[in-house]
Amino acid sequence: MNVILTAVIVLGAVGLIAAVVLFFVSKKFAVKEDPRIALVNEVLPGANCGGCGFPGCGGMASACVKAADQGSLEGLNCPVGGAVVMGKVASILGMEATASDPKVAVVRCNGSCENRPRIAEYDGLKTCRAVHACGAGETGCCNGCLGCGDCVAACKFDAIHINPTTGIPEVDEEKCVACGACVKACPRAIIELRLKGKNNRRVWVGCVNQDKGPAAMKACKVSCIACGKCVKECKFDAISLTGNVSYIDDEKCKACRACMKVCPRECIYDANFPKSIKEVMAAEAERKAAAEAKAKAAAEAKAQAESAPAPKVSPTQPKEKEE
Amino acid sequence: MRTFRIGGVHPEENKLSAEVATVAAELPKQAVFPLSQHIGAPAKPVVERGQVVKVGTLLAEAGGFVSAPIYSSVSGKVAKIDTVVDATGYRKPAIYINVEGDEWEESIDRSDKLETLADHPELTPEEIINRVKVAGVTGMGGAGFPTFIKLTPPPTAKATCVIINAVECEPYITSDYRLMMEHADEIIVGIDLLMKAVKVNEGYIGIECNKPKAIELFQQKLANRPEIKVVPLQKRYPQGGEKQLVDAVISRQVPAPPAIPVNVGAVVQNVGTAFAVYEAVMKHKPLFERYVTVTGKKIARPGNFLVRMGTPMIQLIDACGGMPEGDNKLLAGGPMMGKALTSVEVPVCKGTNSVTVLSGDDAKRKEPQPCIRCAKCVSACPMGLEPYLLAKLSDKSEWDRLEKEMITSCIECGSCQFTCPAHRPLLDNIRIGKTTVMGIIRARSAKK
Repeated sequence: MNVILTAVIVLGAVGLIAAVVLFFVSKKFAVKEDPRIALVNEVLPGANCGGCGFPGCGGMASACVKAADQGSLEGLNCPVGGAVVMGKVASILGMEATASDPKVAVVRCNGSCENRPRIAEYDGLKTCRAVHACGAGETGCCNGCLGCGDCVAACKFDAIHINPTTGIPEVDEEKCVACGACVKACPRAIIELRLKGKNNRRVWVGCVNQDKGPAAMKACKVSCIACGKCVKECKFDAISLTGNVSYIDDEKCKACRACMKVCPRECIYDANFPKSIKEVMAAEAERKAAAEAKAKAAAEAKAQAESAPAPKVSPTQPKEKEE
Repeated sequence: MRTFRIGGVHPEENKLSAEVATVAAELPKQAVFPLSQHIGAPAKPVVERGQVVKVGTLLAEAGGFVSAPIYSSVSGKVAKIDTVVDATGYRKPAIYINVEGDEWEESIDRSDKLETLADHPELTPEEIINRVKVAGVTGMGGAGFPTFIKLTPPPTAKATCVIINAVECEPYITSDYRLMMEHADEIIVGIDLLMKAVKVNEGYIGIECNKPKAIELFQQKLANRPEIKVVPLQKRYPQGGEKQLVDAVISRQVPAPPAIPVNVGAVVQNVGTAFAVYEAVMKHKPLFERYVTVTGKKIARPGNFLVRMGTPMIQLIDACGGMPEGDNKLLAGGPMMGKALTSVEVPVCKGTNSVTVLSGDDAKRKEPQPCIRCAKCVSACPMGLEPYLLAKLSDKSEWDRLEKEMITSCIECGSCQFTCPAHRPLLDNIRIGKTTVMGIIRARSAKK
């Protein structure tokens, strides 16, 4: 009985002393954190994707508070939460939210098995980084998609997947939050974050091949050969040619799809338009043909009307021209 | 017999073409000269489209300090300056020449007369280095580092000896061996020139014991030349690596990068480079042709060729009986460190010592299994690294840790992957890590 009592007293005393020491130490060395950081952190999505450029949502929260102290939230954006979350953050910090247009990841290569013939077989480590470091890959295109899915592995939102028939990654627009993880993971800079566009309608050049025309043509059926037709066609000065490949500036593009009509390689793509460009072109051609037929009929009628009073003049004129 | 201290493996030799005498390869119809055939800045073209060139005409001048000029190996007209798929698999700028006849520049001495250093007392070390630089000589072993830079060591280091790398430890390749058997006298003069250039009186030739005829020949030729010693070495891969060779021949270990062999007093040159130096200095012949082995188990007649650079590889393979049926793996270099090619039209460059064709079954990799922690890769690594760890860290993108684990010391010899019983793609991972870490280090020093 005595032993138990001694033990209880000793342990109780030790506990008491430790508690007192800890109480004073915690007061003395307390780390003061801005309470707003915790509040901001709460409204952030908590995905820790790093899309904002900071290490996780905690980093973003402290960056927001710091920026608010300096007077502006400009340049800070949570791609996952978008304007809604940034609005909440701004209201916590007593600021005005800076709006930014929503973006989406776009894969700029359509070198599917059908379009881009395989010229070799690679059987080393199956990651894009390894293939890229080892050589140009299995096809004749030195810039195109390697199809090993580094972007798929990098995506935390299950928004990008390799299409098994084409071997090319496809972005799920609904799930993509434009965090940019796939952009960083792609060793060939094929994936780009582009503005979603009005009504989600957007147009982009789906090729990054920097070879000259003949080489690019040989490597892939849908490669950009830098012919410059789209550049000439664009009324908004949105298309430029650099490094043997054309590029559409998403800020300037009005999604009129005039470039798509003239592209001989069909390497300009669109999304979310009600009608495909081929349908539009077919309809236009039909309309044009109809208009032409009408004009022809009208011209013939006119010619007939004119030929009645002066029948000798009109047949002789073309003959003279021929001679 | 001597060898290096740690690591190493014993791949099957397969020196199929060892006793096949060298023949001059046919001239190509069109020769292609990539502008980056060496380590360093690409060369800058000095010819224009339509210009007539002779054998030995300067095509492109050095594009920086670490760079080398490129000379024409054929006579004819410059067809275009375009791009070509080179050994890396990527398109690189290149000069195309349509071959017409075979007319040489008059400055080149085409006679077979052996010029010794005793005949030319006027050659100062500076003059030798200058002629080597002008002739565009680069390391002939494969990496292609400009030779004149190696001959001018940094002021902090002092060279004490020249070591000639005649190891040829890669399986299949026999071009250096044939060169030694056919041009021993010229090589010895080349060694004299190298020794004079770096101002030392001590030379070594490291030859692996699987080439007894070459060892005997050089011992005989150098019987009354005590300053140049023939060092027979045990057969072990990768003895031809610079650092391994220094360790094997003079028992000195080169510290981790950025240290280079000259920091322990050794200037290492390939035996092919010694021959190229002889031709450049004594015959005024720029580097435009080299010995190339064309080999493979399925190749009908494996052989050795004296090849004009710019010749497409398919032409050499055709001269040996053509590409074998079925799937093949085409390599520029040997099976251990060679570069797999995606095109048979890749031209022979300064560093192409061999064109190796492996049959698809031989070359096919086995399915990787989980690591069983046997540490065979650790004992095989000639640099004393831990390949399993480097591969894992690289897979996990732990760049800081990789730097601490000395990934930059890796010589990419592939011994780890060769020895791995689980067929793990160790070198593939390590290579990614190494290039990334080197990039980080470069960026950091650029900031400073």
